[in-house]
Amino acid sequence: MLDYLKLAGLGIVAVLAAIAANYARDLAYQVNALTVMLAAGIVFLWVLRTAGDARPNLQHEYFDDVVRAGAIATAFWGIVGFLVGVVIASQLAFPQLNFEFLQGFGNFGRLRPLHTSAVIFAFGGNALIMSSFYIVQRTSAARLFGGSLGWFVFWGWQLVIVLAATGYVLGATQGKEYAEPVWYVDILITAVWVAFLIAFMGTLFKRKEPHIYVANWFLLSMILTVAMLHLVNNAAIPVSIFGSAQVQLYSGVQDAMVQWWYGHNAVGFFLTAGFLGMMYYFVPKQVDRPIFSYKLSIIHFWALIFLYIWAGPHHLHYTALPDWASTLGMVFSVILWMPSWGGMINGLMTLSGAWDKLRTDPIIRMMVVSIGFYGMSTFEGPMMSIKAVNSLSHYTDWTIGHVHSGALGWNGMITFGVLYYLVPRLWNRERLYSLTLVSWHFWLATIGIVLYASSMWVTGIMEGLMWREVDANGYLVNAFADTVAAKFPMYVVRALGGGLFLTGALIMCWNLWMTVRAQPARATQHAAVPAE
Amino acid sequence: MCAKPVKKEPRQVETTGHQWDGIEELNNPLPRWWVWVFYATIVWGIGYTVAYPAWPLLTEATPGLLGASTRADVAAEIAAVDAANADIKAKLVATDLNAIQADADLAAFAERAGAAVFRTNCATCHGSGAAGFEGKGYPNLLDDDWLWGGTMEDIHLTITHGIRNTTDPDARYSQMPAFGTDGTLDEVQVAQVAEHVLALSGQEHDATVAAAGATLFVDTGCNGCHMDDGTGDRMLGAPNLTDAIWLYGGSREAIIQTVTFARFGVMPDWSKRLTEDEIRAVAFYVHGRGGGE
Repeated sequence: MLDYLKLAGLGIVAVLAAIAANYARDLAYQVNALTVMLAAGIVFLWVLRTAGDARPNLQHEYFDDVVRAGAIATAFWGIVGFLVGVVIASQLAFPQLNFEFLQGFGNFGRLRPLHTSAVIFAFGGNALIMSSFYIVQRTSAARLFGGSLGWFVFWGWQLVIVLAATGYVLGATQGKEYAEPVWYVDILITAVWVAFLIAFMGTLFKRKEPHIYVANWFLLSMILTVAMLHLVNNAAIPVSIFGSAQVQLYSGVQDAMVQWWYGHNAVGFFLTAGFLGMMYYFVPKQVDRPIFSYKLSIIHFWALIFLYIWAGPHHLHYTALPDWASTLGMVFSVILWMPSWGGMINGLMTLSGAWDKLRTDPIIRMMVVSIGFYGMSTFEGPMMSIKAVNSLSHYTDWTIGHVHSGALGWNGMITFGVLYYLVPRLWNRERLYSLTLVSWHFWLATIGIVLYASSMWVTGIMEGLMWREVDANGYLVNAFADTVAAKFPMYVVRALGGGLFLTGALIMCWNLWMTVRAQPARATQHAAVPAE
Repeated sequence: MCAKPVKKEPRQVETTGHQWDGIEELNNPLPRWWVWVFYATIVWGIGYTVAYPAWPLLTEATPGLLGASTRADVAAEIAAVDAANADIKAKLVATDLNAIQADADLAAFAERAGAAVFRTNCATCHGSGAAGFEGKGYPNLLDDDWLWGGTMEDIHLTITHGIRNTTDPDARYSQMPAFGTDGTLDEVQVAQVAEHVLALSGQEHDATVAAAGATLFVDTGCNGCHMDDGTGDRMLGAPNLTDAIWLYGGSREAIIQTVTFARFGVMPDWSKRLTEDEIRAVAFYVHGRGGGE
């Protein structure tokens, strides 16, 4: 019966998408509608072919197929995101690379949101969904709730990525940083995210462990807060139901404030809380040591999520934003410093008694460096939120450097560590194909990040100083183009750093591929049993 | 699952007794330094919000004990610079344009102020070094080839009223007809005129085609603005065609393009955005770039 309902639903979606494509007001909308039609058609055929098949009862097994798919998607979108990053970094260094034939879809302006969304939401998002599904099942000793709901979350998220990405290059955007997807993609994101919440919460509800593990607090806070941020920031009215344009519900400084409340907490809850959830499971597993302090995890969790949500105004210092909002954003950011570091302490100190493993296990080395970069950028962030510092750093490349020491160093490295941990286990392999290659990846990525961050510090501070340089009569000394010219060598170094990081990730993909292909299988059982 | 705290090697700290998928938790106390730094930031935060505008109330926010205001700070800084420059600005407006150079202090000020105005307003089209953009219609201000004149007064007038804009009736205005699209010349004739222009500028050309073009140059009235010898007329903003300096390019293709469709470069009337002292300063700056007459 359910299969027939699914078929009917998918058929209706495909037909409506075809009609929408026919009436489309713009190319991006049309391509997106055709993509939806195609996706609905493929799923329709798949449901049709498997309709009525006997479904084995898998309740005693973990639902790991979706986690495997998540691992592949994470690696794939990672490469895509890093590659576009290297391309746009090169376009900034050498503007000639914005070739004439690329105008309108492949120039810097179109590719930049593609890069940010690919790394944050495609790479980071898949890493979070994959880890959440893995962690919540293992720490609840229960199969993922909701039958094939996990598949809806996974494939729905891939569809969101494809729709958003094709929309960006064809010019469909809301123009809100990190919230560029247009109204109908936002609706799809909402549906997928609610399904994610149901699958996650449902699994927690049926857990066989008496307590909820700390990783799950972080992951759940991520899912709930991102839902709230997404709904509030994307409130808009479509211009036409057959077009990709929309009008924001807020205007002026209110719009800016809502946007940066969203933007900052996308960092806070997506890239910090969510990834701390990953750290709290995979670091103790890989190191095989207990978490350092339960007390610290409680205190820093609540302090972190309470404080983070207020810090957004520091993105709008010295703008139309009233001084009082600016002050509060700055004060909450500075107080946030220690709660952020609580996660770093708990992660690093979990290694006590096992520090020697740093010598032998490059995966632990990767995780430790990741936590190190987490600590560094959560110190740098509060510092940059201080008005006096911000007046120099704002709008400069320093901000870009800060973001990347967090994104490449913390989010990237922890995700690589998690992939190295998960792939042999998910595919039942005895070990990774090559630890030497992991070491190569580690060093390439680390050197790449160092080149990236340090070049952006230098050019950011130089740029900030040049912008504010005045002569004896109070006139500005430099034109904007002068700062652009002065930044050239650092832009080359940055692109080089990105290239190293990408090379490392490619080595990782090869290593993981060979692990699945060439390593002998090991005998294990996947029964969902409570830990003790 | 055992609820009894367990001693754990090597530091003899108790675990909480919970276990998930093999993960246990020690119950170490909070690091002292962490707690104290956390408290210190909170105390500092409270102090800061007392000192600065912070807590929103019903109608307005608490102003803070220090009475700080970023808008007031900016206004004060700008007022201080304006006050410091007020005398010399007044002097700049009162001094004859051609007498500025003689006064060392005034010239130094006009150079700096003009450079700032130029970088902020003019560099977008004319380039930060004032070399323009050859082939795209943005004149080079460094050479001695001037469309509308290169004396101090000419430059001052051009900046004040602009070129071919619709907002200032005194804007410098001239318009070359689009000979190729208004039916005056067919494609062959356009090519002939272009060949003549190549000849005028001393470039490689086909003499017979250029000869036909020379006749057309007069018959169609090109010489009305560009003069018989092609040297142009500054009163009309008609470019000199005999030198190697081109606004939209001097290749055969570019000239054919120009004769066929004409060109229509515009410049804003800066008097709407700049004050008189700023216009004078930037006129002085541009005049001093090398081409001033």
